[in-house]
Amino acid sequence: MEKKPELKPEEAAMELVACFPAKVARKRSKQIVINEVGPEEQVPEVMANVRTIPGIITMRGCSYAGCKGVVLGPTRDILQITHGPIGCGFYSWATRRNQTRPATGEDTNFMPYALSTDMQEEQIIFGGEKKLKKAIEEAIALFNPKAIGIFSTCPVGLIGDDVHSVAREMEAKYPGINIFGFSCEGYKGVSQSAGHHVANNKVFTDVVGLIDEPKEGKYKVNLLGEYNIGGDAFEIERIFEKAGLTLHSSFSGNSVYEEFASAHTADLNVVMCHRSINYLAEMMEKKYGIPWFKVNFIGAEASAKSLRKIAEYYGDKELMDKVEEVIAEEMKEVARVRDDVASRCAGKTAMMFVGGSRAHHYQDIFKEIGMKTIAAGYEFAHRDDYEGRKVIPSIKVDADSRNIEELKVTADPEKYRDRLTEADRKRLGDEFKFKNYEGMMPDMDPKTLVIDDLNHHEMEVLIEKFHPDIFCAGVKEKYVVQKYGIPMKQLHSYDYGGPYAGFQGAINFYRDIDKMINTKVWSLVKAPWDDSPELTATYACDQAV
Amino acid sequence: MLLRHTPKEIKERSALTVNPAKTCQPVGAMYAALGVHKCLPHSHGSQGCCAYHRSALTRHYKEPVMAGTSSFTEGASVFGGQANLLEAINNIFTIYNPDVIAVHTTCLSETIGDDLTQITNKAKEEGKVPDGKYVIKANTPSYVGSHVTGFANMVKGIVDAFPVNTGHKTNTINIIPGYVEPSDMSEIKRIASEMGIKTIVFPDTSNVLNGPQTGKYDMYPSGGTKIPDLIKAGDSKATIALGPIASGPAAKALDTKCKVPCEILKLPIGIKATDEFVDRLRILGGVSVSEEIKTERGQAVDVITDMQQYFAGKKAALIGDPDQMVSLAGFLTDIGMKVRHVVTGTSGKKFEKRIREAAGEDVNVKEGGDYFYFHQLIKNEKVDLILGNSYSKYISRDEDIPLIRFGFPIYDRVGHQYNPCVGYRGAMRLLENILNALLDRQDRDALEEKFELVM
Ligand code: SF4
Ligand code: SF4
Repeated sequence: MEKKPELKPEEAAMELVACFPAKVARKRSKQIVINEVGPEEQVPEVMANVRTIPGIITMRGCSYAGCKGVVLGPTRDILQITHGPIGCGFYSWATRRNQTRPATGEDTNFMPYALSTDMQEEQIIFGGEKKLKKAIEEAIALFNPKAIGIFSTCPVGLIGDDVHSVAREMEAKYPGINIFGFSCEGYKGVSQSAGHHVANNKVFTDVVGLIDEPKEGKYKVNLLGEYNIGGDAFEIERIFEKAGLTLHSSFSGNSVYEEFASAHTADLNVVMCHRSINYLAEMMEKKYGIPWFKVNFIGAEASAKSLRKIAEYYGDKELMDKVEEVIAEEMKEVARVRDDVASRCAGKTAMMFVGGSRAHHYQDIFKEIGMKTIAAGYEFAHRDDYEGRKVIPSIKVDADSRNIEELKVTADPEKYRDRLTEADRKRLGDEFKFKNYEGMMPDMDPKTLVIDDLNHHEMEVLIEKFHPDIFCAGVKEKYVVQKYGIPMKQLHSYDYGGPYAGFQGAINFYRDIDKMINTKVWSLVKAPWDDSPELTATYACDQAV
Repeated sequence: MLLRHTPKEIKERSALTVNPAKTCQPVGAMYAALGVHKCLPHSHGSQGCCAYHRSALTRHYKEPVMAGTSSFTEGASVFGGQANLLEAINNIFTIYNPDVIAVHTTCLSETIGDDLTQITNKAKEEGKVPDGKYVIKANTPSYVGSHVTGFANMVKGIVDAFPVNTGHKTNTINIIPGYVEPSDMSEIKRIASEMGIKTIVFPDTSNVLNGPQTGKYDMYPSGGTKIPDLIKAGDSKATIALGPIASGPAAKALDTKCKVPCEILKLPIGIKATDEFVDRLRILGGVSVSEEIKTERGQAVDVITDMQQYFAGKKAALIGDPDQMVSLAGFLTDIGMKVRHVVTGTSGKKFEKRIREAAGEDVNVKEGGDYFYFHQLIKNEKVDLILGNSYSKYISRDEDIPLIRFGFPIYDRVGHQYNPCVGYRGAMRLLENILNALLDRQDRDALEEKFELVM
């Protein structure tokens, strides 16, 4: 594909919606903005977390995918039963690349299993609760789990099956097994985001706080919003251990039930994917007094910054020194690979449209090898993920958000414990930014495009107009982009590479991007005869006659 | 052990499916719709289903898979999805300009009882369907049948929409190729054209889901059955439907609608099933079998006769879709293997009988089964080879049994999109894969003094 002349973002924004019917164009225009960062980090308002327009080829999925697939899926010892027809359970079976590492070969690991009630017409007509109960009994007999999650799919809500009462009934019948249901029917909300919220609520009310024994360790940190795609959590765990931090639990990559249940005993919550788990961070702070702040372990600089921030939180000299030592040591190899890769990648451009945090996090790591992000957006974010949490009070709650329960949380009379003394608060000051996320836009260059819920048509226009050197999105987009002769990195599955988190992860990422951008393959796309399809030359053998 | 919680002892389950060997109707409907030229599939329901189905097909074919969705939220689920579908049809024709929109339902729109006929008629009345463009449809409730049923329903939807009986019969033969790969569809076309027979093959996903890299993205690739051909299918002199479950309903509907008589055959996987197909083509087409085809057949049989000692008595376990399992079980039996376990996730009463006819009385068969049960069967009686989709790799690893990937989905290998399993060439490819797997295993396990150079 030929490089196109520089295109003004204003023109691009108009071209993106040019062929849409007027009503559609009006709506989409509010979801497409040209970034500008003001003095107080003010950025333009972007419309987000609104319904996808029917007929538009969207990147989004559903609430069930967000709840079962994203948040609960990576937990290896909660037995997960999908209540619904077979499809939903089938598609969420082992396709998300969450890795898990049981301590021994005998330890519980349900992750390679997909359980479903495979509802048939009969249950749609007469109700499916009976079959669900029977399925739970059969599952207990086979797997003997300590906890069971039941996930509702579209028809379950419609026919009125009450998964929560089934859960209560079965729990009474099988004391000792924690059984809970999720109302994560696919039509709830406008995207996966609703499912994250539903998952957060239930894990909070039914699991967190049940076990009061903390893990051994001096500095106990919960890592929220890290799903161990391609082994990311393993790498973060390695760094934590090296620095002397205890990873108490990670929500929910490489996780087990007990870690959730005792998560309230930790000293600190750090949040990776803000969108998928900010609810849990908020609620744990209110109920148990655990402070939280945002971190990012994608990119070596970001990882170093996050580690320093955690050490600063504890304010312990020994820890701070150790962290510096780890960073210095890890950075040596990072810098070597980074500089080498940057010599081939610097100045190249990227676009990324994924999830609800990755489109932000990955801009940092691209920057490290000198690459510039010219357009980015989220699949299912809310305004705060773009503009920062300060806009939360001004976000209008619409009908689609209203049907996701907001829990009223108060301090637990026994278990609440303020982690910070007055002196700590003073030491850390306002600068420290607890419970804050500044959003993606303040970190993006002025005049770059920010597009919420990008759709297929707009993606085509972006590619044709800007011809980025790399495009990042999900599997549904991958082969479209590649047909244009542009490398496409999947940031959900990492194209089966990774880990990309932490220092080793950064090295993996630099190398993978280098390989993709600088592969010779793209030069094969054009055949030798493509340039001169007409036959004009005479053959040497003809002349010889 | 990846599947460490799967016990050897088999207990009856009546409510719980563990590791399904089937998936839901819409994904099959979406696949079938992609076999019509310039057709955009549309999923009438919430967008999650559509995202899942597109992802599943994309992972299997490693190609773009486009489809619209009605993007239901709670409101549509309560008040009905008519407004969403009308808006979607308008948007799709305006923005993506397909010739056909193929709408299928999901369990959601089925449960609330949306009437596709009424809604699509309304779309026409309101002028949302431009002249010369079509909206076709299929009901694909996911709580009935499986992805195979969904495929069958959409192929029937194509028949309901297009073929016209003008009264002028042609010499053409329609072929409905069944739920097979793009490579298989193009092989079926090649065999017929090799024999000099004029055919209309539908659906036809070749050059749609195995398209070339050209440096250009085209939302509507060159493949797919063209609409004028689909219309003419009503004048053809006969229809051959391959695979009774996936292709039977459409063939019968075409017979009823346009008086095109149909013959329903097995999927042409293996020598005998291909023989049957070629022979019916020969008779219906009034031609003789071409030299080329005869040579291909001879070559495939030659491999079997040359290598039969390696096949003989080897035990196989198969899991997959019913039409495929029947032909495959027959083929493996013909080459001397012992088919021990056959499981399909799709329910169907005749399955057991058909498998026993193909592989003998003494075989463990289950319709409506799952991978968990399949694995338990293997734990109870070991086999030398497993044939199944990518999910079989967990069993293959745990039990240390070689696996040949076959069926849907195959997420972790390529080749299925490009190389056929049907016809004599397809049989040759299968033979090659099976032999390689068995011989590799023999080499791996051989004592040093028994390690052979020539096999
Ligand atoms: S909701 Fe129904 S149609 Fe959608 S994926 Fe699940 S089973 Fe399939
Ligand atoms: S990081 Fe992205 S993919 Fe992961 S949960 Fe958040 S939004 Fe989803």
